[in-house]
Amino acid sequence: MKVTLKVNGQPRTVDVPGDMPLLWTLRDTLGLKGTKFGCGLSQCGACTVHVGGAAMRSCMTPIASCQGAEVTTIEGLSASGTHALQRAWEELDVPQCGYCQAGQIMAAASLLAKTPHPTDSEIDDAMNGNLCRCATYLRIRKAIHLAAELQGQQATQAGAPKRLQEHAP
Amino acid sequence: MSPRTVAPLPVTRRDFLRVSAIAGGGLLLSSYLDPLGAAAGSLSRHAADGPMLNAFIRITPDGIITIVAKNPEIGQGVKTMLPMLIAEELDADWTQVRIEQGDLDPKSYQGQVAGGSTATPSNWLPMRRVGAAGRAMLVGAAAATWGVPVAACETERGVVRHRASGRAATYGELATKAATMTAPDLATVPLKDPRQFRIVGHGVRGVDTHAIVTGVPMYGIDVTVPGMLYATFVKCPVFGGKVASANVDAIAAQPGVKKAFVVEGGASLGGLLSGVAIVADSWWQARSARNKLKVTWDEGKTADQGSAGFAAQAAALVTQPPHKTLRADGDVAGALAGAAKRVSAAYFYPFIAHASLEPQNCTAHLHDGLMEIWAPSQAPAGGRALVAETLGMRENDIAIHITRSGGGFGRRLSNDYMVEAAWIAKIAGVPVKLLWTREDDIQHDFYRPAGFHNFSGGLDAAGRVVAWRNHFVTFGDEKNVAAGAGIGGTEFPQHFVPNFTLDLSLIPLGVPTGYLRAPGSNGIAFATQSFIDELAVTAGKDPLQFRLDLLTAAPVEAAGSGAPPYDAARARGVLELVREKSGWGKASLPKGTGMGVAFHFSHRGYFAEVVKASVSHEGKVKVEQVWVAGDIGSEIINPLNAENQVQGSVQDGLAQALGQEITIEKGRTVQSNFDDFPLLRFADSVPVEVHFLTSAVPPTGLGEPALPPAPPALCNAIFAATGTRVRSLPLSNQDLRWS
Repeated sequence: MKVTLKVNGQPRTVDVPGDMPLLWTLRDTLGLKGTKFGCGLSQCGACTVHVGGAAMRSCMTPIASCQGAEVTTIEGLSASGTHALQRAWEELDVPQCGYCQAGQIMAAASLLAKTPHPTDSEIDDAMNGNLCRCATYLRIRKAIHLAAELQGQQATQAGAPKRLQEHAP
Repeated sequence: MSPRTVAPLPVTRRDFLRVSAIAGGGLLLSSYLDPLGAAAGSLSRHAADGPMLNAFIRITPDGIITIVAKNPEIGQGVKTMLPMLIAEELDADWTQVRIEQGDLDPKSYQGQVAGGSTATPSNWLPMRRVGAAGRAMLVGAAAATWGVPVAACETERGVVRHRASGRAATYGELATKAATMTAPDLATVPLKDPRQFRIVGHGVRGVDTHAIVTGVPMYGIDVTVPGMLYATFVKCPVFGGKVASANVDAIAAQPGVKKAFVVEGGASLGGLLSGVAIVADSWWQARSARNKLKVTWDEGKTADQGSAGFAAQAAALVTQPPHKTLRADGDVAGALAGAAKRVSAAYFYPFIAHASLEPQNCTAHLHDGLMEIWAPSQAPAGGRALVAETLGMRENDIAIHITRSGGGFGRRLSNDYMVEAAWIAKIAGVPVKLLWTREDDIQHDFYRPAGFHNFSGGLDAAGRVVAWRNHFVTFGDEKNVAAGAGIGGTEFPQHFVPNFTLDLSLIPLGVPTGYLRAPGSNGIAFATQSFIDELAVTAGKDPLQFRLDLLTAAPVEAAGSGAPPYDAARARGVLELVREKSGWGKASLPKGTGMGVAFHFSHRGYFAEVVKASVSHEGKVKVEQVWVAGDIGSEIINPLNAENQVQGSVQDGLAQALGQEITIEKGRTVQSNFDDFPLLRFADSVPVEVHFLTSAVPPTGLGEPALPPAPPALCNAIFAATGTRVRSLPLSNQDLRWS
């Protein structure tokens, strides 16, 4: 079936089976590989994207339900890869294998949009559906707090984001 | 391969350097090359890519230094760490360094394996020498240009300086001239004093971190080849079962399906197995067609096997004489009979899966007589050999591009997905990306083998361990112990107990097993360190002090064992450090909360860990904090990554202990996805405080050795909290209620 939707701000029309999940439409039809496949059962969160601004598991979202939807993926989270979460993830060097991190960042972005300064337990609740097999949770939590701080600074002094500490010696 | 066997470290192989100029100016350094053969052939074969493929370092006149990362990156940080070693001795400016992932090319790069925590010990000197040789040639070029002695020149962050005259030149400016200099002998090229290190020992971010957080395609699953189709491959749920018949014609008529066919397969569980391949325009269509697939399987003899049967066989074997005695020091029977106190206990741990988050996948394309493969493999050379053997090809006609892996944990040391992709691509006649479902991944793993340890220990009147017997029941047959199921005769506490016996009995197994992060150790440490805790309690001693005392016992020599020397001082060092950092024995904890300790030596590293945990009246376990002390030698090469690795390893071990179990019934795996094979989740993550001791030995690996102490430290904490001794994992199967 033909489905027209907006992906990262661009109108796109795809002609795929209606039961094809949004995940595979993004990855294999539209070539956006940043969103990952982990389980196919909404158990791991690697496929998390935003649909209409809300975090969704794209692996169990049929494309037929996405007619007219506004979808944001990791590739479209920020124009130049400098969303506060992306900067915080880099600052703290969160990833190990890195496979889950796009889904983690998209889930965290949805959390920060609603709750700009989340507590630890709000982070636990919002992020509990996103598995990290390498268990980088301690750094993810720190990075969400750091991103909240960076966003706060951005809001007060627009155009002058905090410089990341240089780790390269 | 046997990751637990500690081989002598390679020091000098073909340690010479090849130097070339790059078209357009610059310097190219290649080490390990056979100058007469491999270089020429391989350079001309890949001429379109330029001469990088056999080089570790390329310096262009603009000052950009490109370093090849040769090993597979599976999350252990090696793609950053190995180039750091080269850049350090090159005295490069890290901000000018760019990293490229090397293809499989053992002639240029030697070993390209992610396994056994070997990258650091194997490459610590060779990679530094490559960098040091490059630096020497750049200095030589500067000295020749300026007409000054080499000794009067120094380097700093990509610049050569002659202090006396104030002259300076960047590496980029010197590179073309340097390519004409004589390469120094790698065996004698001077290396930096570690006190001069500017990169090693400093936190360096992962070279792919920015790409990861912006969604750049890098993983095996992300590979795209023009004209590529997508495949799914359905194997018999019973291990080793074969397709008797399948409705492949009906499947071929499904929407988008281009081909559906039976693969005959072979007998080896590590190779190409029988199954049905479905190749379609999209993976979703292949996956959907699979729902209509009807296969009659010839299940074979493994259909009779199951976890309950293994347990019954193990219980029976323990009452019999062992199949083998791996070690017998002193007189265990006599010492047990004469002991002041005796303890016996049986321990069990289950099969578990690796469950890397990126499901197994591989892309293959047979063209122009070349099988080109893109694979997230930890052992690409092994994969190439398997593909060559199975498809009847020459290894030279198989090219392997190493992709980043979404986790490995030992699963990708096996290359079953690679040979499947190659076979399917050959039959399909087009490029094919094979992708497994999560269910395929959980149900067709090479599992961490279950294990049954049956201990008897004896204490003298002073509470010292005078006798130790373990009858270990594991899997295998007369010829072989199953992969990952073995144990060494010198396993701790051999060497520290005068009367020591390690017996082995084997259960035949049709289920594939393999190496899971800290193989062997990840189960053995649970059993051994828990039983030591039982002995400490029986002796009425503090469990941590009891371990220190054991490590000061007069050593029994392990003559001719070939095992690495067990350095009791390093083991004691990490125990003492973790005692200090955790405040061991100082806090008075309420009933239901306790601290437990364990330590283990594996993969050349010493780790001691203290877990603080609480258990609710209803038996729910909560880990509150973990303290870790590790000793992996003289340097922590990348502290930023080291902390992350240790925190991950420890939580990996805790997740195994808390809830992970693979159950075999009628020759097949019961569990199928993350709903019944639970990984650690966010809310269960635990503060892990990491401390390192340094020892005067070269640095060793960190992907594995922090894991093994975590499960026993947790179980010992549960005992301290509740008085319930955990002798069987996972904890989710245990009744830990208390009142």
